[in-house]
Amino acid sequence: MTLSEVSSMLSCEVFCGEKEMNTIIEYGCASDLMSDVLAFSRSGAMLLTGLVNTQTIHTAFIAELKAVVFVRGKRPDKDLITLASEKKIPLLGTQFSMYEACGILYKNGLVPTMESITAKSSNG
Amino acid sequence: MDKSFSQSFEIRGSVFIDAGKASTEVKTILKQLGINSEIVRRVAIASYEAEMNVVMYAKRATMNFEVSSEKISIVVEDEGPGILNIELAMKEGYSTATTEMREMGFGAGMGLPNIKKNADSLKIESEVGKGTKLEFVINLKEQRVPTMSG
Repeated sequence: MTLSEVSSMLSCEVFCGEKEMNTIIEYGCASDLMSDVLAFSRSGAMLLTGLVNTQTIHTAFIAELKAVVFVRGKRPDKDLITLASEKKIPLLGTQFSMYEACGILYKNGLVPTMESITAKSSNG
Repeated sequence: MDKSFSQSFEIRGSVFIDAGKASTEVKTILKQLGINSEIVRRVAIASYEAEMNVVMYAKRATMNFEVSSEKISIVVEDEGPGILNIELAMKEGYSTATTEMREMGFGAGMGLPNIKKNADSLKIESEVGKGTKLEFVINLKEQRVPTMSG
């Protein structure tokens, strides 16, 4: 799906990256743990997170994520928007909780980036 | 094309606002050198985790980054507390992080395992009370499938 479709499904406010709204989002991932995003995401994924700081933007840039959506009405400050614009990472925000936002996108066909653990859960 | 290149970065401990700057620069340079994007991503992730470890735990460090036609090597040498038990630190989920570190989205015990996952080789030398030297290499010649095992 396109970033524009994501934006309309989640009634997003677009903080930066308006010109990138036709970008194709291949996978979805959701986490407040940036190390998990670095470990398990794939390039081409979009991140849903409640973590609003510079590490979110650096992680998105390093892991080649296509966009970041902040959940639960969280808003980035000016510096963060500037950093994201420099790195060409679109930033969006939704009022939905992480759970709801994930549910909406999943229901609409956005596949997860992280490997499914359903069939192979273990104790370590 | 001659890809030989080297650069050093200084990383300051506890300066969270700068955390990630060196690694994003490394990534930009590798892209400019025309390195395969999957390799760029692996180097950038490993380097970012190493940089975050310095910011979170050490006083300061130097990150030396070298690209040859064969491989990309990164050596991060810090002045810091050192690692008491390297084997334990390599375990996913083991962490000595503070709340502040966790609030940054790190400190969940994934740093060293993430570096290992993305590198073709990783060497750690550490002396408690002095510091840690981390050296990892990513080969440019052979492709490999990254795994979490080992």
